[in-house]
Amino acid sequence: MSTSTPAPQTPEGRPTSMPPVGRVATKDRPHGGVGDRFRLWWDAQARPTQWLIGVPFLIFIALVPILNIPVLTTVGTNFGGVMAQFGMIALIAIGLNVVVGQAGLLDLGYVGFYAIGAYTVAILTSPDSPWNQTDEWLSKDWAWLAALPIAVAITSLSGLILGSPTLRLRGDYLAIVTLGFGEIVRLLADNLDELTGGGQGLRGVAYPRVGVTEELPNGVFSAGNAAGTLNSGVWWYWLSLVFIVISLLLVGNLERSRVGRAWVAIREDEDAAEIMGVPTFRFKLWAFVIGASIGGVAGALYAGQVQFVIPTNFNVINSVLFLCAVVLGGQGNKLGVILGAFIIVYLPNFFLGRTELFGIPINGNEIASYRYLFFGIALVVLMIFRPQGLIPVRQKLLAYGRELYVAARRAAQAATRSGSDDGARPGAPAVATASGTTGAARPTAGGTRTGESTTDGEETR
Amino acid sequence: MSTHDPGGIGAGGEHGDEHLASSGRADSSRADLYMPGAVLEEPAIVDVADVRPELANPELVDAMVAPDRTVHAKVGEPLLQMQNVTVQFGGLVALDDVSFDIRRGEILGLIGPNGAGKTTAFNAMTGVYRPTKGQVVFDGSTVGKLKRYRITQRGIARTFQNIRLFNEMTALENVVVGSDARHRTSVPGALFRTPRHRREERDAIDRALALLEFVGVGGRATEKARNLSYGDQRRLEIARALATEPKLLCLDEPAAGFNPAEKESLMDLIRHIRDDGYTVLLIEHDMRLVRGVTDRIVVLEFGRVIADGTPDEVTSDPKVIAAYLGVPDSELTADEGGTGADRAAGPTTEGGSGDASA
Amino acid sequence: MLGMFGQYATLMLLGFYPSGNAYDKGVALTVLYLGIAMLGGMLVAGGAAVGIERVAYRPLRRRGAPSLVFLITAIGMSFIIQEFVHFVLPKLTGGTLGGVNAQQPIRLVQPEVQFTIGGAPVTNITLVIILSALVLALATDMFINRTKFGRGIRAVAQDPVTATLMGVSRERVIMLTFLIGGILAGAAALLYTLRVPNGIIYSGGFILGIKAFCAAVLGGIGNLRGALLGGLLLGVMENYGQVVFGTEWRDVVAFALLIIVLMFRPTGILGESLGRARA
Repeated sequence: MSTSTPAPQTPEGRPTSMPPVGRVATKDRPHGGVGDRFRLWWDAQARPTQWLIGVPFLIFIALVPILNIPVLTTVGTNFGGVMAQFGMIALIAIGLNVVVGQAGLLDLGYVGFYAIGAYTVAILTSPDSPWNQTDEWLSKDWAWLAALPIAVAITSLSGLILGSPTLRLRGDYLAIVTLGFGEIVRLLADNLDELTGGGQGLRGVAYPRVGVTEELPNGVFSAGNAAGTLNSGVWWYWLSLVFIVISLLLVGNLERSRVGRAWVAIREDEDAAEIMGVPTFRFKLWAFVIGASIGGVAGALYAGQVQFVIPTNFNVINSVLFLCAVVLGGQGNKLGVILGAFIIVYLPNFFLGRTELFGIPINGNEIASYRYLFFGIALVVLMIFRPQGLIPVRQKLLAYGRELYVAARRAAQAATRSGSDDGARPGAPAVATASGTTGAARPTAGGTRTGESTTDGEETR
Repeated sequence: MSTHDPGGIGAGGEHGDEHLASSGRADSSRADLYMPGAVLEEPAIVDVADVRPELANPELVDAMVAPDRTVHAKVGEPLLQMQNVTVQFGGLVALDDVSFDIRRGEILGLIGPNGAGKTTAFNAMTGVYRPTKGQVVFDGSTVGKLKRYRITQRGIARTFQNIRLFNEMTALENVVVGSDARHRTSVPGALFRTPRHRREERDAIDRALALLEFVGVGGRATEKARNLSYGDQRRLEIARALATEPKLLCLDEPAAGFNPAEKESLMDLIRHIRDDGYTVLLIEHDMRLVRGVTDRIVVLEFGRVIADGTPDEVTSDPKVIAAYLGVPDSELTADEGGTGADRAAGPTTEGGSGDASA
Repeated sequence: MLGMFGQYATLMLLGFYPSGNAYDKGVALTVLYLGIAMLGGMLVAGGAAVGIERVAYRPLRRRGAPSLVFLITAIGMSFIIQEFVHFVLPKLTGGTLGGVNAQQPIRLVQPEVQFTIGGAPVTNITLVIILSALVLALATDMFINRTKFGRGIRAVAQDPVTATLMGVSRERVIMLTFLIGGILAGAAALLYTLRVPNGIIYSGGFILGIKAFCAAVLGGIGNLRGALLGGLLLGVMENYGQVVFGTEWRDVVAFALLIIVLMFRPTGILGESLGRARA
């Protein structure tokens, strides 16, 4: 069996008469940009190293609202509150990314899941609601925590209900149907007065009662804890960070399994995937359910933080904004969408109340009111010049076999260094040496199993 | 987001325009400029023996690739039987009382002019179309109308006329998707990385690497499918189909676009696949390939079987010559062997226009 | 394409403004003024549509972007246009157009009941709307089905590459399609204003755009008559549902209807007549 030499071909693979290239077209895209080099470096690290770097970084991220970094901290609004909102939207972005970015299902009604999560918690815990459980068997301290799994369950169920009849549709049709779903949820919330409080909404939603002290009779999560550095916003931010980390791990596990591969296959070519034995409908439904449940958690967080749910928040515009966060950040990339969420939440708040920036006087409030204009421009520009988003997706779909990819990269860099006639690549030699030595230090495979470390498989974030 | 809808199996099949079939994207010829998140990367030729030394041993590779399922039919017995199958679309009779067998362990060729019903027969076999009359029996049980992934789970795998790989995935990942079809664990197992899930993942990747070595693409395992050469892409498709552990492997014009050397190499591969324990159905136009590699040939014309026998029998059958081959074998020089089939008489010439020497 | 709904919403929005021309002309209860206003609306909306296509969509098409990208771009453009009217237009027009509040309505036509059908009053406004809609729909249908340009549109929809081989300029056709869409949206804007004079605001038209998209999908994307049928059906069912369930359930009825129809006819009522729908 010989491996044929690369025949001259067009990008689609049809034979042409053009001279063969030793490498696929590199002039069209700059290679070795900052992001790529970072990823190459990161992937070459051993797993313990990745933890060693990642955990302190995470701690830093968690501490951001407290550190009072000069330019970063918002002037007009409570920075903790902003970060808490960012946490929730980031979680939403991760969930929506599963549906839109991974499985490629166009969902314009994701806000519906968010609403269902929030309302479930509210209905179960608000004194305004007829199904309030806090009077009966649920103590107010733990009500939120107890309502959370119920919210997740109900939201997942709604994902199932939405998906089963509609996932046979494709493209435009799925988009409009999900949009309809989002609107139906909002309208139900608006109209079912006895259950949801209608336009008035439900007040007094429970929240975790932790850290009760004299000054804070309701604990650190309550709205009463508004002053000072460790205000309620910060606590809610930390709580959402916990959920973000958990969901990143879980979604990452899914990505590197048959589920993630099925999603990518469905996104690429659904018919071929089905012919190759992928039960496409089932996995599309799973995408919906998983995305929905993450949205439900975000909704529960929202309800607990704001302690007051009304239908007007759960409108189509927000659905669209969530979608923008995903696409802006890099659809398919679960870290990228977090960045997208940050941009969407943070930037307007950055300008609010700010009267000078680096010495230049500005009218922050006015700039903040232009936010949709800026979003619009940013979206259009980004889609034209960088449609894959700020942090493009690099698919890692296999749970094992990293040494294979590392070996491949080494080989590629060796080929690059020795006699490439396509021009010097400034970045490549530096990286080659770095990963070359790391690679050589790691034991190559001996024996039947791959030379993986004793931990159960490589995970790259 | 690609939401292709090219029409399922046999897109453009009957009329030979498959190479123009659009993928459904706007301006797909420029798709290389738009990359949904992935950079065109260096071609990375991995010496697999470095990473998996056991794969340098061809016998071990063969053993890993060999099918591992219970097949009811014994070797030589019919594995798939078309029994008086008629497929009718409204007024159009695509298949008319078609009966033939595919025996376990053989390589069967299915040939015929364009429009003869090859793709319809193929779809009827694999459960995409339900026969209007008659039935298809695969390994002892009738094939009704099944969801396509169930067909694959039953044990029929296929490749495509126009290559349909998952372009953004690497070669290895493409093949692993094939073996995913046989996974037992699903979302819960994946979420929590249960031991069974991890074991299945490892086994799938091991077998996928072996498959890539088997078809000869092992060195390109980590390259994105769209960066592979045309020949490698065809082989990769075969590897992916084999990953689903089929009882029957159907190859739909696997040699399209190959030069003669590549065709020879493909013939070797097909024989190797059969020797490893698979049954192969081959739809092809290249007569030299078909004659060289198949054990038996079935010829369709106008939806009917007009010949069914060994290559020698079929190629000297006057009906077949009139309908498809053009001139009898004895009149051809060795070079024209491959082009004889391409001078397909087509449906307009029944009974020899210009084939006086028949 | 997928982004149409955001597009249409803002185009309708733009189409509202030319009735501001009649503002200056004073109050004149004539069809002529309405006609001029409609032409103005069509012009602005059509121009905006073509402009957006050139600026935002053509580069994407050149690169073969998938449809989600088009949707996001459309959303982005609709934000830009909305906020333009919200903030920039007041500055450009000295406060007469745009801004936070709705425009003061220009009442060219007072609704007067002409006759009743089965107890339901039919006003002159209703007549104008129905008549105009029919005329426009007929005109568009004839254009698509009977003229050379219309054939070009249908050809490009089915197979762009082959259409180019047949001498049809794809870029021109696409521009034409957007132009028609914009023109119709502008016309619809006027008709809408007749009925809802207070609706001229930068955020207006969004829901209408969504409903329009629903109607098109309901009838079957790619099918002109389907869109007509879908629009009619949607309107009727909405109002009927309003009577049966109550006003607040109106939109729920609309969306529920959509979902139910799509469940049983996944490609809309009249299916897809223009070849396969590319997503």
